[in-house]
Amino acid sequence: MVAVARGGSGGIGPPRRGGFRGVVPPGRYSTTWRWAVLLVTAVYFLLPLWAALRFAGIGAFGSVISESGFTSSLALSVRLAAITTLVTIALMLPTAVYVHLRLPKLRRLLEGITILPLVIPPVVLIVGVLAIAPGFIKSTPLLLALEYVILAMPFAYRAIDAGLRALDLKTIVEAAGSLGAGWGSTLWRVLLPNLRTALLPATVLTVALVLGEFTMASLALYQTFPVWIYVNSQTSGQVSVAASLLALFVTWIVLLAITVLGSRQSRKTGGGEVTLFTVAPTETRGD
Amino acid sequence: MTTNTTRDAATTAAGTGPVRAGGGTSVLLRDLTRAFGVTRALDGLSIEMAPGELVALLGPSGCGKTTALRIVAGFEIADTGSVLVDGKDISSVPAARRDMGMVFQSYSLFPNMSAQDNVAFGLRMRKIGTGGRRKRAGDLLDMVGLGPQAGQYPHQLSGGQQQRVALARALAIEPRVLLLDEPLSALDAKVRLQLREQIRTLQQRLGTTTLFVTHDQEEALSIADRVGVMSNGKLEQLAAPDELYTSPASAFVAEFVGVMNRVPGELRGGGMVTALGSTMPVRGHIPDETPVDVLVRPEDLTMQVVEHGNGIVTTRTFLGSVTRVGVQLDGDVAVQVDRPSAESAALAPGASVSVSLPGQPVLVATRRVS
Amino acid sequence: MGQATQAPGSRTDPGVAGPGPAAGPASRVTLALRWLRLVAGVVPFGIYVTLGLLLPMIAVAVGAFQNNDGGFTFSNVSAATHGIYLKGFWQSIILSLLTSVIPGILGLLIAYAIFTAKRGKVLRQVAITAAGVFANFGGVPLAFLFIATLGSSGLVSQWLTSLGFNPYDHGFTLYSLTGVVVVYLYFQIPLMVLVILPALEGLRPAWREAAENLGARTWEYWRYVGGPVLLPSFLGCVLLLFGSALSAYATTEALTNGTIPLTAIQIGSFLNGNVIAGQENIGKALGLGMVVIIAIAMIVYVVMQRRAARWLR
Repeated sequence: MVAVARGGSGGIGPPRRGGFRGVVPPGRYSTTWRWAVLLVTAVYFLLPLWAALRFAGIGAFGSVISESGFTSSLALSVRLAAITTLVTIALMLPTAVYVHLRLPKLRRLLEGITILPLVIPPVVLIVGVLAIAPGFIKSTPLLLALEYVILAMPFAYRAIDAGLRALDLKTIVEAAGSLGAGWGSTLWRVLLPNLRTALLPATVLTVALVLGEFTMASLALYQTFPVWIYVNSQTSGQVSVAASLLALFVTWIVLLAITVLGSRQSRKTGGGEVTLFTVAPTETRGD
Repeated sequence: MTTNTTRDAATTAAGTGPVRAGGGTSVLLRDLTRAFGVTRALDGLSIEMAPGELVALLGPSGCGKTTALRIVAGFEIADTGSVLVDGKDISSVPAARRDMGMVFQSYSLFPNMSAQDNVAFGLRMRKIGTGGRRKRAGDLLDMVGLGPQAGQYPHQLSGGQQQRVALARALAIEPRVLLLDEPLSALDAKVRLQLREQIRTLQQRLGTTTLFVTHDQEEALSIADRVGVMSNGKLEQLAAPDELYTSPASAFVAEFVGVMNRVPGELRGGGMVTALGSTMPVRGHIPDETPVDVLVRPEDLTMQVVEHGNGIVTTRTFLGSVTRVGVQLDGDVAVQVDRPSAESAALAPGASVSVSLPGQPVLVATRRVS
Repeated sequence: MGQATQAPGSRTDPGVAGPGPAAGPASRVTLALRWLRLVAGVVPFGIYVTLGLLLPMIAVAVGAFQNNDGGFTFSNVSAATHGIYLKGFWQSIILSLLTSVIPGILGLLIAYAIFTAKRGKVLRQVAITAAGVFANFGGVPLAFLFIATLGSSGLVSQWLTSLGFNPYDHGFTLYSLTGVVVVYLYFQIPLMVLVILPALEGLRPAWREAAENLGARTWEYWRYVGGPVLLPSFLGCVLLLFGSALSAYATTEALTNGTIPLTAIQIGSFLNGNVIAGQENIGKALGLGMVVIIAIAMIVYVVMQRRAARWLR
């Protein structure tokens, strides 16, 4: 086994014989394609915004706000976003923590269940929901919020799961327990602050989802903001285009606000990003 | 330290460097400069490596040692200066054609390939047939003691095993130069020691010229033919390990390599300095600024148990044949003194001692403001 | 799963399970009790998923085989797999395939450009937030945006016309399948960027450098290392995009007013009540059909994933 590597005379020379030819790498990797790609992307995404802005005209924005139903539908959407986010966290956080601590074998099952809403079309889900929901709940928008929790699950669970994996959960919970904290206060005072970074992207995506969701809301006959835009579009093209832009900007501003607020409070705990699929296991067995 | 002296150190020391039979590759780093924005990662670095030599670059993080290695590998481009391999300038050769084997800090194995395929990858790029690849990869895995793990994927291997595969992969292409970029720093102590010895044994057996970058002085001193200590992009000293320890060229080297005490001293003119009641000649550079400290190793201080001495023993650490004694000197100066363990029974904490310098030439540095 | 691996009275658990029964041969009853106590923590979640997801889906599946009186029938399924509904399925599948593979590739490219850009931190923050917004931006507002851009009198159409190329004279119309694909890219690409970025972050620079060091050129790195490593994640993301495209409903409806029969729109029309009485359950059969399509897509995905990610196990 020694001779193998020693014998230098074998046919293993520099790759693609011809030795050191003067091929100069000016920058290490070319960056022009990258900027070309980003430029084309920016054009594709910004051009429609510009076109819509031109079409609607500034004046239309004023009339959007004074349009009947604008305030109430926007308020409904924001309220739904808030309820959905709270219920999602209240449901998913304790469950994920519990499974991590006590039932690690259920983790894969939980992963499987929570991915389902991502693949089941909302239009199908709402058909079933409307078929079985009792009348008293159908009459309130709460039904929508409860179903949005289901839709938000895939992102929320993955974000929380990633956050929990980054923590030394067992030690933290044991430490809290040894200091006399019960389940509730452990969750509320210890885990929640530690998981803020992980919850941030979950919240962002949940809010964006609720503010943009149209299918379920329209089919269940609730006038959320996206539905209002649609209904309103029958009257004036310009106003509804202005409303569409407004919807986009409102979502953006809300998301930015959440991101800025959240990241300011949780700079220390490191970055949390929504990971849906992992690439390669990076951990190695210890020696 | 100027570029000139650095280069002198490089060339003179190269003359004394071991030259092996069997003809490896000589490597010359000539006056390399590299700046990232305003920080100068490399500032006129020159190193000459004899064929088959293992040179370790040692320094604190950010001293430019990794940049130097990456320039040799072709991953960075020097602003000025050149790299010569066997006398030929390779600055314009892309990394993929430099024929240098590199071992990275960690996690550099391709996760989608088994250990065997990882080792064979370089051969595949060189259009070697499947049979030849397989045989050679198997041989190399045997050589690093991982023959049975040939079929396993990286995530099934321990950190130490992964680095051994990475070493085999780098050696598989029979590199002209082997580049090791802190290959051991992600491993735990015991594995680190084993792999360090394995690397050295293989390197000597194959006679591959090797550049080894590390921040661990023990690692550098134990593995290398010569060690280059770097600071702020410059080579402070390039010398054999024992020379580096016994006659450091600068205060930086002296303090970076091994344990070093600082004792307040006073310059006397005529190249003399007084400290702890003795006056002795200054070795090397005399600082322009005062006050100064005298640099002295724990084993070079003498100590006697006396009543009303100039210090009081504070700690005592048993290190095997020697015992390291911490002494608090008058004037709030703490020093460490090594004594044979057999003679240190009386040196219990609280004992009054007299610490002095033997009068040999010493290094002097400007006192640090704390 | 329920075999109570935790020691009785383990202190890791603040409060849910008290000290278990003393050691010794546990009786069937105590085992069952212990199991119940163990799963108690996931009961709220279980109930929620059952009510919000499971029961509705069962209702759809059962309804698909029921006539209006609740009796068993195949007629809904039969109707759903013929004529306009069958065409709807085909159109949905074609559209979903186009709008998952195309934005999948484009999104990967864009995500890579974002990921590797110099000083990319700010760019990445902006891009991720923007992607989060755009990925959820669909439906009617999106349709309006594109009507203002690429509609027959849209801004870009007018520019092109003034340059002597009226796209509507050359067979393009926003209100066709091609048009819908272009519009779908607007939310599918951001979705792809969002979900593939973490995978790209998992690509270590050391792999690229190691490959290069061993003599690989750029394409060889992607052929042998980067590509295979990314493939499993890429497949997963494309599946996600497929599902998203299949469910998209409002955009196409607003754009085409039903001229492109997509299953999702057809299901919606059953809920809107514009159907002949007595056929309501065809909607459920269509819903079941969509679930079946997704299930098939997932099976295809799992098979491909298994081959692509052999090294992960």
